[in-house]
Amino acid sequence: MSTRKIGVYICYCGGNISDYVNCESVRDAIAGEEEVKVAKTTMFACSDAAQQEMIDDIQQQGLDALVVASCSPTLHLFTFRGVAERAGLNPYLYIQVNLREQCSWAHTDVPDQATEKAINLVKAGIAKARLTEPLIKTRIETVPRALVIGAGISGLRAALALSDLGLSVFVAEKSDKVGGWVAEFGRMYPHDRRGQDLIADLVREAGLRENVHIYTHAELREKSGSVGDFTVRLDVKGEPVTLSVGSIITTTGFVPYEPASGEYSYGTDGVLTLTEFKRLLDGSEGGLTYRGRPVDTVTYIYCVGSRGSSQKDTPNMYCSRYCCNAAMHASSLAHELSPAVHQFHLFRDIRTYGKYELLYQDARQKGAVFIRFDGEDPPQVEKSNGRFRIQVKDMLMAGEELDIETDLVVLATGMEPRPNQALNDVLKVPVGLDGFFKEIHPKLRPVETVIDGVFIAGTAQAPRNSAESVASSLAAVAKTAALLKKGYVELEPLIAVVDPETCTWCGECVGSCPYSAIEKISFGDKEIAEVNTSLCKGCGACVPACPQGALGVKGYTDGQIRAMIDAMMIDMVEASRG
Amino acid sequence: MEHGGGMAGDDFRPRILVFSTVTISDIGIDMAGSSHMHYPPTAISIPLPCSSGIRPEWVLYALTHGFDGVFVAADGTDCPFLPDCTDRTAKVMERAQNLLREHGLKPERLKMAAICSVCAEAFQRHMKNFFTDLKKLGSPGKAG
Repeated sequence: MSTRKIGVYICYCGGNISDYVNCESVRDAIAGEEEVKVAKTTMFACSDAAQQEMIDDIQQQGLDALVVASCSPTLHLFTFRGVAERAGLNPYLYIQVNLREQCSWAHTDVPDQATEKAINLVKAGIAKARLTEPLIKTRIETVPRALVIGAGISGLRAALALSDLGLSVFVAEKSDKVGGWVAEFGRMYPHDRRGQDLIADLVREAGLRENVHIYTHAELREKSGSVGDFTVRLDVKGEPVTLSVGSIITTTGFVPYEPASGEYSYGTDGVLTLTEFKRLLDGSEGGLTYRGRPVDTVTYIYCVGSRGSSQKDTPNMYCSRYCCNAAMHASSLAHELSPAVHQFHLFRDIRTYGKYELLYQDARQKGAVFIRFDGEDPPQVEKSNGRFRIQVKDMLMAGEELDIETDLVVLATGMEPRPNQALNDVLKVPVGLDGFFKEIHPKLRPVETVIDGVFIAGTAQAPRNSAESVASSLAAVAKTAALLKKGYVELEPLIAVVDPETCTWCGECVGSCPYSAIEKISFGDKEIAEVNTSLCKGCGACVPACPQGALGVKGYTDGQIRAMIDAMMIDMVEASRG
Repeated sequence: MEHGGGMAGDDFRPRILVFSTVTISDIGIDMAGSSHMHYPPTAISIPLPCSSGIRPEWVLYALTHGFDGVFVAADGTDCPFLPDCTDRTAKVMERAQNLLREHGLKPERLKMAAICSVCAEAFQRHMKNFFTDLKKLGSPGKAG
């Protein structure tokens, strides 16, 4: 027989719950449950007074499990785990029941039924609490070194910042030179400094640091270990280099969108991508010329390869966000080179957000003409007598058809994720539908990935300009420092576990684990599966893979799920059958 | 096949067990509640880390222990653990439907849809539709 002593607290949430759920009925329905030693309602469970009352009850009545039925766990799971801890109870003996978002607020129209549901939710919470066990976080000593993959502006700046913090840094660059795209840029907005000068400064500074090591021709081949203590093997110019690092920052950058052949006549001499046009501008002096001939007219077409616009099979649905600004800046530079040049900007929408609006104003003041077209009815480009003829319907002039003759067509092309399957296979960081590396949470955890200790930054994560890329890489540096400067990490214990008695080692679970966290070990006179606690993320993908039912996830065990289902039946069977 | 004898008719309120996920679909279901978007209160959730970790046996257990339908509010492409979560979950649910058939239960008692962290309307719609469908099916009765 179980000997659990469970405390259950049902929160009014100041009326958010109790206006629709009869909390006293819920309390009365569960107060007589076996092992429920304390059953109380409270105005605000999260208030200091209520928390102290729980601590007192736990200590005075010797409670060994805690259930709070209040709001969503996303708000207060950690609050009440903290209450348990402060009372001397293992935090994993706490169960939160969501009575607000998933009950009272969802069923404001039927309070009686909301109360029935609340009773079942709380009973299920108690059933789960009965089967809780104390869990201990795994502590791992961390290595004060980091690996940065990719030596563009994001990676180089991250390396210097890590070095400033006293952490050793290895930078692995796949190509034969450092600096990425910015190393090829001329004048950049808004400081007007040349991209290659910015990179040269960063490289010079890195060369002065004893704790920064940059490898070129270097690719990551293997990664083992876990957060705080990875072993990585690089291939550097054909030679293996093994390093021990505590974290990995991935700044592998982007590739520019390459238009399909014939997309806006791309492939015809005189149709350039934004990258190619920028190169032309950077290499021009004393007037804008193309192939030795002065350029009289430049026409830009926006959103090429972005926002669903593409002649490829799978168009990119996202906005690349940098291209409007970059096209405006190019327009301004073109005007400086040849003040008499005519410039037409054919756009769908202009997204010169924040201070980049000034670039837009500047381009207009210098005489550039902006024509808005419908994405469903894009401009037509054809070569005509050595120049180009563009037909476009001006949406701001009731669809009036315009003919533009131009020397150059500049396609404002966006960014695409760099194809990097081999690296992805080693890092195991998920990519989104757009193909860019995916963070855990776009707002709250923007540079962390589900692989603890592996961070993402720059344009490997999303289209960005260089300022935004560096900001994100420095955020990754801050997260790395928070991880490695403490000296240890604690890993969440809600992970998979094998029942050694039931397991017969068929190996099915190994293939189901996306993190290579399951291995074979000897157990007595047989072989069984074992979960590497530092690699397992607790997703549970292995659980249905096991034909013996020998795998479970702590906190979500087979016994707990079945007990919750049983508990949910008790009243509802009567209630739902009228 | 199902043996009949289960409830049906106007008073019958089918009970739906929702397997949700802690980081994705629970957030969407929370949002439905926060927006006071009503759905049948007989729909009740058990959150798990990831929808690919649902044992087919749990689906069978729920349907033989009082629930009339099981809805898997899957992570879909937003899954923080698995890029192929949808495919994996779909395969597990296919196994679960086969298990239901073996026990004489109708496979349509198990439904799955991706519910993202802002999919409040989709969740509400799925609950209402599934409730209506199950009302027509009646309860499984004492099957298998």
